[in-house]
Amino acid sequence: MMTDLKESASQTAGPYVHIGCVPSFAGLRRMYNGHDLGATMIQGDVAGQRIVLTGCVYDGDGAALTDALIEIWQAGPDGGFTTEGFSNWGRQPSHADTGQFQFETLRPGRIGNQAPHILLWIVARGINLGLTTRIYFPDEDNSADPVFALAGNRASTMIAVQTDTGYHTDIYLQGPNETVFFDV
Amino acid sequence: MTEYLIRPRDLDWHPQPLAPKYRSTHLRAPQHTRLHYAPTATEMAGPTFGHDTLGELDDDLIINYAAAGQTAIGPRIIVHGKLLDEDGHPVPNKLIEVWQANAGGRYRHKKDGYLATLDDNFGGCGRCISGADGSYSFRTILPGPYPWPNGGNDWRPAHIHFSVFGDGFAQRLITQMYFEGDPHIALCPIVQSIPDADAIDRLVARLDMDKTVPMDIRAYRFDIVLRGRSATPFENQMEGT
Repeated sequence: MMTDLKESASQTAGPYVHIGCVPSFAGLRRMYNGHDLGATMIQGDVAGQRIVLTGCVYDGDGAALTDALIEIWQAGPDGGFTTEGFSNWGRQPSHADTGQFQFETLRPGRIGNQAPHILLWIVARGINLGLTTRIYFPDEDNSADPVFALAGNRASTMIAVQTDTGYHTDIYLQGPNETVFFDV
Repeated sequence: MTEYLIRPRDLDWHPQPLAPKYRSTHLRAPQHTRLHYAPTATEMAGPTFGHDTLGELDDDLIINYAAAGQTAIGPRIIVHGKLLDEDGHPVPNKLIEVWQANAGGRYRHKKDGYLATLDDNFGGCGRCISGADGSYSFRTILPGPYPWPNGGNDWRPAHIHFSVFGDGFAQRLITQMYFEGDPHIALCPIVQSIPDADAIDRLVARLDMDKTVPMDIRAYRFDIVLRGRSATPFENQMEGT
């Protein structure tokens, strides 16, 4: 067995990540039958609470990132990762003008001792290694969740805000409200 | 169900978040250290993509955006290699997505205004799924180097972007592949944000004359390594009994 293997070093996704990951968004509608992978998480009539998750990523000057790519990975309503009619994974670009991103998804269930959460991963120009954080819900008891607890007094940066259609999360890359990012 | 652990990531091997000579990191690098925890059920699982995800030409950037009978302009190359983990296991059935500039160094993207001309027959994206032995392959054209706004006279080495999935979302990785012998590798602030020269060298594809097709297309070899998945002692005991 090879023993000197090391994980390939990360490099930034760069400003043109859309070409490879969301080509239709980038205007390459000829590619992949005009379908961007991860654009639709719910296929058909699936049990569970539908939520719209919106968000925005801000840099150290408070400017919204308009060139980021966001992926989420989450349990289904039953706390599992093989929900029929649900992909558990979504991928969306931040809006080219406003920086807002949006996922139409299902509210995740608890996983063992972990409170319901959504794993969120950000890549963009200027981000050398994808940033991983979690989204927790304001209307759940998150106190016993070990990952939430790990973040201590910064854990509140991971709690989404309730909206009319679901939840919203603002992610700050720097500054006094810098979001918690994980090495996991 | 296989029990395994995903090896911790060696953050000293990867580029640091703040790379002073790579200007875009200044306002985008988090200032806190990443908080560490071992992957839970969430990070051990990840999305799967079947071979039916792919279209017939997805792995051929020479023709997948071209008009009928046309091909992209530029030196024709095969890029191939294996998707492995740090324990040397092949990582089969995983989606690999690539994107790149055209032979003149221009991306098909509205934010790229470089002087080089767009090639009507080149889109610049492709994808494939690793085989049972972890092998992958696609055809494309050699991308060109290009200048980029970083405050000075900075040029990217010719490169291809790779987005790779593993078994667990913790293995998710985006990186770039460079080409053997490119003098821009040593000059590029993005490449040189990687602190370890060996780590950089492993992102450099090698010319592969064995896979080069005479009078047709050259080949480059590039292996991609994801975080290891060590079987737990528990599983080893089970297999040994």
